[in-house]
Amino acid sequence: MKRSVVLFLLLLLSCMAFTLATGAAQSTAEDPATEARLRNLSQELRCLVCQNETLADSRADLADDLRREIREQMKAGKSDQEIIAFLTQRYGDFVLYRPRVRPVTYLLWFGPFVLLVGGMLVLYRYVKQRRDSISEKPLTAAERRRAEDLLESAPGKEIA
Amino acid sequence: MARYLIPLVLFVILVIFLAIGLGRDPHEVPSPLIGKAAPTFQLPQLKDPSKSFSAQEMRGKVWLLNVWASWCVSCREEHPLLLDYARSAAVPIYGLNYKDKREDALEWLEQLGDPYVLSAADEDGRVAIDYGVYGAPETYLIDRDGVIRFKQVGAVTPEVWERKILPLVKDLNR
Repeated sequence: MKRSVVLFLLLLLSCMAFTLATGAAQSTAEDPATEARLRNLSQELRCLVCQNETLADSRADLADDLRREIREQMKAGKSDQEIIAFLTQRYGDFVLYRPRVRPVTYLLWFGPFVLLVGGMLVLYRYVKQRRDSISEKPLTAAERRRAEDLLESAPGKEIA
Repeated sequence: MARYLIPLVLFVILVIFLAIGLGRDPHEVPSPLIGKAAPTFQLPQLKDPSKSFSAQEMRGKVWLLNVWASWCVSCREEHPLLLDYARSAAVPIYGLNYKDKREDALEWLEQLGDPYVLSAADEDGRVAIDYGVYGAPETYLIDRDGVIRFKQVGAVTPEVWERKILPLVKDLNR
């Protein structure tokens, strides 16, 4: 009995310690709304050092600095659009993970669909041609007569 | 005939595109800053932090801004060339010491020589962000009106110096 009470108290204590710890962590962390916005926005941005990583995932020094810059601009009340403009002015469209739709990127955006439509056309033509070539045409009277002759002469007889 | 020719032609086109792609350096991102005004800044000088240096002071001169750091490996590779170029006095070279510790940077200059007229200390890398720096060393050629004319990402090579920078400097000084 005594032991279970001690155990219970210990558990209670550890829970308290845990809540205390998380409370402290929260108070030292940055404003959660800004952090969530930063996470969302930086997922759309490319780290220029390790180019296949987003700014959100990258541990490069520059990515740290850029996240700091973005955080500060968010606190200063800048909109996501303004922050993206700030970055593209300095690093170009390359910093955007999702390329902009403009004449130079038309091929990138619409090329796959053009290929798809083209492929479907080629497939359609091929299938149609093939169907035409194997479709049954009614035999003419002469052809029918020849076929009957062949069928009659075939079974059991040797073919020269 | 066309049956064999079409795939062959498609294959050749694919190979050409892939060959072009392979020949490119993926780290060279075209800078949107070429032809635009060099961002203004005011930073303490590396050797004498009580003095400051600003890009605006350089109006009326053609100059190079070289982003470097003592921790940067390619900078060490580039350094002897910069010393040569500084000696040739073709164009003044200014340094932007990027995210470096002051002592380390000073020691670096003392050991390897100092090609810079002066270096500005950008300790937290904010000015570098304004210049779109993403990998030191980077070198900017800035004209009399404070417009960026050329940018080299990575170490300046003799080829880049002879073929790109020098002709541009001559042109801009005319």
